[in-house]
Amino acid sequence: MNSSFILTAATAIQNAILQHESELESLDRAIGDGDHYINMKRGAQVIVEMQPELAALTPDAALNKIGMKLLSTIGGASGPLLASFFMGMAKTIKEKGDASIATYASAFAAGVDTIRQRGKADLGEKTMLDVLIPVANQFTAMAAQNASTTEISIALKQTAEQGMLSTKDLIATKGRAAGLGERAIGHIDPGAKSCQLMIEAVCDLIQ
Amino acid sequence: MKKFINKTDDILTESLNGFALAHHDLVSLNLDPNYLTRKHKAANKVAIISGGGSGHEPLHAGYIGYGMLDAACPGHVFTSPTPDQMLAAAEAVHADKGILFIVKNYAGDVMNFEMAAEMLPFESATVLTSDDCAVINSTYTTGRRGVAGTVIVEKCVGSLAETGADLQACKALGDKVNSRTASMGVALTSCTVPAAGRPTFDIDDTELEMGVGIHGEPGRRREIMREADAIVTDVVNAILDALKPASDSEALLLINGFGATPLMELYLIYNTAARLFNEHGIKISRSLVGNYTTALDMAGASVTLCILDEEIKQHWDSPVHTAALRWGA
Repeated sequence: MNSSFILTAATAIQNAILQHESELESLDRAIGDGDHYINMKRGAQVIVEMQPELAALTPDAALNKIGMKLLSTIGGASGPLLASFFMGMAKTIKEKGDASIATYASAFAAGVDTIRQRGKADLGEKTMLDVLIPVANQFTAMAAQNASTTEISIALKQTAEQGMLSTKDLIATKGRAAGLGERAIGHIDPGAKSCQLMIEAVCDLIQ
Repeated sequence: MKKFINKTDDILTESLNGFALAHHDLVSLNLDPNYLTRKHKAANKVAIISGGGSGHEPLHAGYIGYGMLDAACPGHVFTSPTPDQMLAAAEAVHADKGILFIVKNYAGDVMNFEMAAEMLPFESATVLTSDDCAVINSTYTTGRRGVAGTVIVEKCVGSLAETGADLQACKALGDKVNSRTASMGVALTSCTVPAAGRPTFDIDDTELEMGVGIHGEPGRRREIMREADAIVTDVVNAILDALKPASDSEALLLINGFGATPLMELYLIYNTAARLFNEHGIKISRSLVGNYTTALDMAGASVTLCILDEEIKQHWDSPVHTAALRWGA
C-alpha cells in the first residue's frame, strides 16, 4: 500500500456510500435516529477533499491525518470510532515501518482493537464490530499463511458480508439501538452495513 | 417535508446566528469549531460545559448564562459534537477551577466528550445524565438515555458552581440530581431530520410510541392511541417504578414538549400527572411546563420527576439568567 492507493480507496469508499444512500438511510430509520448516512457522507466527502494534502504524506501519516479529520468532522458515535480505527492503524504501520501484507493485517487488527476499546463493545452486540472483528481475524490468519492479495480480498469480502448479515438476528446491547430490546431483531445494523460496504470497496480495488 | 429552510446545509449555522443575535446580551457564538459561551466570562468558578446534537433547542445553548452553563457545543442535527469543539470551548471558558462536562448518555456523546477530556490540558470531570426510564438499564448495555432531566441537572450544578464550589462537589451534585430524576416520553408523530427530508419513523394516526427517545428512537412499545389520562397513567407508573420514591417525598414535576405539541396539551398532561403523583403521596412543590428538550418537530411530550431534598431545592430556586430559563435575576 502507498499513499496513492489510500487516495483511490477514499474515492471508492465515497462512491460505495453514495450508491447505498437509500439502504443506509432505511436501516438507520428502522433502529437508529436517521443520521448515519448523512454522517458517513460528510466523512467521505471531507477525506476526498483532502486528497491533494494526503498525497504528499507517507501512508501512516496520511492515515493519521484521516483519523484526526474524521474526529472533527463526523461526530456521533461513528466519528470517534472510525477516527480511532485510522489512528490505531497508522500507529502500527509507523511502528512496523514496512509495507508488507502482514504489516497491513496487523495494522487493521490494531485499528479494530482501538474501536473495541473506545466503544467498550465486542462481537455479538449488533455493531460495526460484528463485521470488523471477523475480518481482522481472517486477514491476520491469511497474511500468516502468505495468501495472495486476490485470495485475501475475495475472502474478506465474504467474511464482511456474513458479519453484516449476522447483525440482523442480534439484540443490540451497544449503540443507539440498545434501547430497543427484541424490537431490533430482524434489522441489519447500519454501522455494520457501512463497514461492510467500505471493506468491499477497498477489496474490489485490490482484487 | 415543509420547513423554514434556505439550504439544508446552512440550517445549523443560520439558526445559531439567529440565536446569537436574539440573545446578544447573554451569549457569544464562535463558528468552526461551533461553540457558544456566556457574553461575559465568569471568573473563579468551575466552568460548566454541555453539548449534544442539535434539534433539541433550547437544549443546550438556551441554558448558557448566569446560574447555568458557561458554554455549549452544538453538533449537527441529532449528532454528537466533536472533541475539537469541546476543547475550544473549554479553552474559552476555563477559570482555573476545572471543567465539568454535562453529557447525555448516548454512545456518540460519551465517546466524543471522553476523547476531549483526554486531550484537555485542564482538570475535568463529567456528569452523565441518564434519566430516561423507558430504557432498561444494564451493565452490559449503553444504559439509560439522557433526556429532559438534563435541564434539571444543568440548573442545579450551574447554581452550585456560582458559589465557587470545587469540581468534585459540582460533579457530586450532578450525579445526585441525575440519580433522583426519571423521565419517560410519548410520541404521537415522528420528527423529520432536515438533511434526511422524510420522517424518521412511520406511525399511524391511530398509534402512539410509548417511551420514545428525543431523536425519535423507538421506545418500549407501539400502542393504540388512547385518552390522555390513560397514557399519562402509564408514564407516571413507569417513573414511580424507576424512582420508587418514599410516599412523603417532595418533587419537581417537569412536563416537556417535544416541539409540536401545544402548551395547552402540556398543561393538560401536568394536570393529570400532578394528580396521579399526589395520589401516591408525592408532594409536587416545584414545576416546569414547556418546550425545554425538544425533538425537532415531533408531536409528543415527556414527564420528568425529580425527587427534591433541601440542597436540590435551594439550587433549583436560585437565580438564573439564560435565554430559556430566567428567574430571580
